[in-house]
Amino acid sequence: MKLNKRQSAILMSAITTVLLVTILVGGLLVSNDRIVTNLEYRNLPPSLAHPFGTDWLGRDMLFRTLKGLSISIGVGLIAATASVIIAVCLGIMAATMGRIADAVISWLVDLFLSVPHLVMLILIAFVVGGGMKGVIIGLALTHWPSLTRVIRAEVMQIKAADFVQTSRRLGKSRWFIAIKHIFPHLVPQFLVGLFLLFPHAILHEAAVTFLGMGLSPHQPAIGIILSESMRYLSTGMWWLAFFPGLLLLLVVRAFDLIGDRLRSLVDPYRANE
Amino acid sequence: MQLEALNVGFGYRKNNWTFRHIDLSLRKGEIVGLVGPSGAGKTTLGRILAGYEQPLEGTVKLNDAPLPKTGYHPVQLVFQHPEKAVNPKWRMKDILHEGWNPDDELLERLGIDRDWLQRWPNELSGGELQRFCVARALGPMTQFLIADEMTTMLDAITQAQIWQAVLDMAKKQNMGILVISHEAPLLDRLCSRIIDISSNVMREG
Repeated sequence: MKLNKRQSAILMSAITTVLLVTILVGGLLVSNDRIVTNLEYRNLPPSLAHPFGTDWLGRDMLFRTLKGLSISIGVGLIAATASVIIAVCLGIMAATMGRIADAVISWLVDLFLSVPHLVMLILIAFVVGGGMKGVIIGLALTHWPSLTRVIRAEVMQIKAADFVQTSRRLGKSRWFIAIKHIFPHLVPQFLVGLFLLFPHAILHEAAVTFLGMGLSPHQPAIGIILSESMRYLSTGMWWLAFFPGLLLLLVVRAFDLIGDRLRSLVDPYRANE
Repeated sequence: MQLEALNVGFGYRKNNWTFRHIDLSLRKGEIVGLVGPSGAGKTTLGRILAGYEQPLEGTVKLNDAPLPKTGYHPVQLVFQHPEKAVNPKWRMKDILHEGWNPDDELLERLGIDRDWLQRWPNELSGGELQRFCVARALGPMTQFLIADEMTTMLDAITQAQIWQAVLDMAKKQNMGILVISHEAPLLDRLCSRIIDISSNVMREG
């Protein structure tokens, strides 16, 4: 069977989505009994019984990794979605609500961009009380500025385009123009923004957690697994970092792939490829 | 029934006028040419008449009333560059039907293939796109048409075909047309009189 690029894009996105959902759901379904400490099986290299090996407390690394990834995907998705929503709202407001709104929002963007993400993230996470909630709110509130800028510029450019001006002269309302003309041009920005923010969100979550300001250590988030395994790398236990790291890479790459395919699906210039 | 520009002036910066003191009037059913050197403001004047720009001074009146700000604009403009005048994310049939529903006869006369309606704008050439822009602008509520270099990108035969369709439509609806062009033979052929924008202008330093 020969597929054209459109069909193969749909197929690829479907397969990757299934993979991600499997990891997410699988991680949620793994009960905590599977990752209890079991000192009989400490420091085992990968084998059939323990494909990812076990750690210094005898916990199975495959289940820990799955659980960690599902937590990270969840946190990353919620935070990235919230960030994109904030960015879209502020970007559209800046472009359409006049000079004062534009000045205020642009100033906010500059302010947030001038402070390092991590510092801002730690401050916000600390203020709202830390833990999972703190990390999500912190991530959502720090990752919107650059996308806001892109969307503001995009809306301004489309607003001035001849076809929008013509639409006004053909008697169309502002609402019609916003929904039918401007919105379709923003969809690729949402998608690309979402899938570009996602790895950022996960890595920042790991970093905050590593610094002890994020998720609590008994939640096996991927950041915690990686930072813990650092201490054991020098003793030759390579599997502790290798498999979780590889899987994180795969997940991030999967999101990247979905973003790319979706963009090519919504772009008329590539409609018939 | 006429479209009038009274003492219209426009510029992008203060005290730097692109043109000033332009008077122009166009009656219904009349076809008038507008000529002038590059940069004299022909396109800008066209945009002002069609309500795309506000003049810095002077007024534009339609039947002795100001131009409407909302609703279907009775003065429609066809741009020189159709690529920019269509939304690249819309199918051609949506673009064509944005203002009104042109009948099959008009589409045929403009040489619009029925297959094109299902395509995206980037799958048509500039000349093909322009036919859609022309059809879109010829709605029943259009009283005046500003044709800004409307057929410049077309070959002579297609040009004749499109103008024939536009002229018939204009006659049927008693529409006035302002033809902006550099092509003297075309203007001589179409227009009952020709206005030179540069003779009308008082340039100020």
